[in-house]
Amino acid sequence: MGSISINYYLYLSSILFALGILGVLTRRNAIIILMSIELMLNAVNLLMVAFSAFMGDSSGQIFVFFIMLVAAAEVTVGLSIVVMIYKHNGSIDINLIDKMKW
Amino acid sequence: MIEIAFFSLSILAVIFAILVITAKNPVHSVLFLVMTFFSIAGHFVLLNAQFIAVVHVIVYAGAIMVLFLFVIMLMNLNKESEPAKPLWLKLSGVITSGLLLLVLTAVFRKTVDKTAHVLPNPDIGLVKNLGMTLFNDFLLPFELSAVLFLTAMVGAVFIGKVKAGN
Repeated sequence: MGSISINYYLYLSSILFALGILGVLTRRNAIIILMSIELMLNAVNLLMVAFSAFMGDSSGQIFVFFIMLVAAAEVTVGLSIVVMIYKHNGSIDINLIDKMKW
Repeated sequence: MIEIAFFSLSILAVIFAILVITAKNPVHSVLFLVMTFFSIAGHFVLLNAQFIAVVHVIVYAGAIMVLFLFVIMLMNLNKESEPAKPLWLKLSGVITSGLLLLVLTAVFRKTVDKTAHVLPNPDIGLVKNLGMTLFNDFLLPFELSAVLFLTAMVGAVFIGKVKAGN
């Protein structure tokens, strides 16, 4: 076990995080944007578990557990907001949500 | 052997992540994201974090993604109603995230040592050890997360009850 250097985990998490940012920046569907946020959270989770395993400290894995809890709560509220936006606008295009635009 | 598993899981995760953000149909996006989560769960197993791997599959692939699927099917979204951004915006998004990736890899290349370490304490991710840590050192955050869930549930119900246009 553990003959992989931690650098590879760093690179993989960076790639996944950058892909999540790319999804947030380039898509206009609100649900896809929420899913890209999930992707970024997972990149951080992977890195946290990798560091926890390589350092021999289990606190990192508990933190991953809490990140999952917060992500579940965030998705619940976010999706209910998206459903309300859909009821209001008939679409979940984020460019239509410009009431608070300056 | 473990290198083969690591690299195949990494390639799968990256490919499915790319498909998540490029798929036109939101349902396909959700399914690709589930596949990405499964490959990340495989990484957790490789790191000897079995409990996190199981919880990851149950919570993400089982609960959160099903919620996404339900909402997408509730809205009856299909390819024709899929909004698209102009090309220059997409291009600038690619450049921005590419720059971020460049900075991150440049930083990581210089800071962390490249030698492969053996895991110092291999049974750290087992349920017993994680439970000891969770209920000894992190008991208060654990209880507070119950309050957080209650708040999120009340918030979701309240947002769902408000009439549109009111």
